[in-house]
Amino acid sequence: MNNLAIIKQSFIMSLQNIRANKMRSFLTMLGIVIGVGSVIGLVTIVHIVTGAVMGNLSGLGAGKLTIYGYVSATKMGLTENDVKQLSAIDGVLGVAPVASQSATIVVDKEEYKKIRLRGVSDIYFRQNPDSVTAGRGFTGSDMDGNTNICIVEESFIKKALKGKQVLGGKILIRGVEYTIVGIAKNDESLLSYMTSASALEGAVLVPFKNVLSMEGKKIIYNAEVYVKEGYDIGMVESSLRSALSNMYNGDKDAFDVINLQSLNTMMDQVKGLLSALMGGIASISLLVGGIGIMNMMLVSVSERTKEIGLRKALGAEPSRIQLQFLIEAVVLSGMGGLIGIGLGLGIALIASAIMKADFVISFSAIAMGVGFSAAVGIIFGWVPAKRASELNPIDALRAE
Amino acid sequence: MLDEEILRMEGITKEYQMGEETSVVLKGIDLTVNRGEFLAILGPSGSGKSTLMNIIGCLDVPTDGKYYLHGNLIADEDQTSLARIRSVEIGFIFQSFHLLQRQDAYQNVELPLIYANMPEKERRARVEEMLIKVGLEDKMHHMPNQLSGGQQQRVAIARAIATNPTILLADEPTGALDQKTGAQVMELFHELNNEGRTIIMITHDPKIASHATRIVRILDGNISEGELGDA
Repeated sequence: MNNLAIIKQSFIMSLQNIRANKMRSFLTMLGIVIGVGSVIGLVTIVHIVTGAVMGNLSGLGAGKLTIYGYVSATKMGLTENDVKQLSAIDGVLGVAPVASQSATIVVDKEEYKKIRLRGVSDIYFRQNPDSVTAGRGFTGSDMDGNTNICIVEESFIKKALKGKQVLGGKILIRGVEYTIVGIAKNDESLLSYMTSASALEGAVLVPFKNVLSMEGKKIIYNAEVYVKEGYDIGMVESSLRSALSNMYNGDKDAFDVINLQSLNTMMDQVKGLLSALMGGIASISLLVGGIGIMNMMLVSVSERTKEIGLRKALGAEPSRIQLQFLIEAVVLSGMGGLIGIGLGLGIALIASAIMKADFVISFSAIAMGVGFSAAVGIIFGWVPAKRASELNPIDALRAE
Repeated sequence: MLDEEILRMEGITKEYQMGEETSVVLKGIDLTVNRGEFLAILGPSGSGKSTLMNIIGCLDVPTDGKYYLHGNLIADEDQTSLARIRSVEIGFIFQSFHLLQRQDAYQNVELPLIYANMPEKERRARVEEMLIKVGLEDKMHHMPNQLSGGQQQRVAIARAIATNPTILLADEPTGALDQKTGAQVMELFHELNNEGRTIIMITHDPKIASHATRIVRILDGNISEGELGDA
């Protein structure tokens, strides 16, 4: 078969026809442009929004469990001994406890009340090296309880240290002088929002033991548990649960073990569902665009009856005529689709700027746009192409 | 070779159903054409000559009777097989040229070769050869509206002979041309005929028919052998 030549020729001819009927082609394409544009735009926006939420989660997700030990009737959160026991569980690489306390901090004689103080262990910084943006994290030797150093979160700097020397600077925590050795990113994770109302105000991080030796109410209410490679995170999770259950005398409401990976999976499902929903709604406009294509192709077939008759007289089989008109429909809808992809990405780009979220190009959305527009061309081009292929050559040649 | 029979019609009839009435357009045509003949089918409008042309050109099939083209019986073929037969056996030349207006001379001549599945390289050589033959080698990439009527008909002739068909079937080929260019086209027909091509020309004009080597007359769906100079 010489179909390649037919396809090439049909392609060129359809471009010629589009050019010859500029206005009509443009209006016909507009339906597809809007259809594909809204599919791409909405799906990409869904990706951007869910991506922004998941970006915070995903960094924390892999190989990690977060446990929460609440204050119950018999127990004031987790103890150091609990942490030691949990560290010994098979499959646990390390436990990074966080002791939380709210404290008054003095910077240059100015008091800042109720600042969240987090006692963090060196394991946390080993596992999350990216959390420190300047200076350093805590190391093993800082963990003796007598090293008075701290790391401040960025929003605390905004609040209390604006325009001041941060690294190497000194602040008073509960009357004791601490040297700032590092700057940490704000803990913007979803969990932080859920568990600490003051997350937005920024926290000061000190070595874990320092918090324990301070006065006042201090609770180890959460800890990050890192799982050794090769261990099933679900297995470790259930070991942790039974250990915690023992510690809390069987009170299962007094603690939580959160597996962020399973949260991620859930978010993925939500994202898929949202994309499908948005895409589904937007496809309705694609349907309308498709009807426009069909209409234009039907007009085109009746206008070019004579041409069709001639091609048949010259030996074109019905299937080749059909192929030619199908290609024209696909070129028309495909061009509309390409413009629509540009439009949709443009809308998503603007939306991401407004939402201050990272713009991500969703390749699945683009593939969907290309696929949809081609499919629309084939589906809605089919009837006109079939009609063209079935024209009687004698009548067609005689047509004016 | 010259006496080889390439077309034979036996008792061809064609009827059309027009509402309740049946109109019989062809009433039992017997016709034989040998290779290398230049035949004119002469008849006034309404005589059935267009219907006969459609059947010869495999655009239509007869209601009854037998039509052998190149030894093959053309009967209940579907549109796809008819298209294939046309592609190989028939080269059409129309009164109003029927060139694709948005394609240049080259592309117009190339068209039947694409449908005949000729590979691109061979196609190019063939198209150029044909356009040289009809004297349009310097107008290969002119669009039809940049060509005179006579030149357009030459493009159409180049297109018709490109596939080297068994029969050149011309329907009033000079009908849209002035006398001078019409004569030039007839000159070209003589040349093609001298090369051994079989030409069947349908016309109402006895003067044009007189260019043929044989004339048959058609009237009211019946055919009769005419004489040269009988006009």
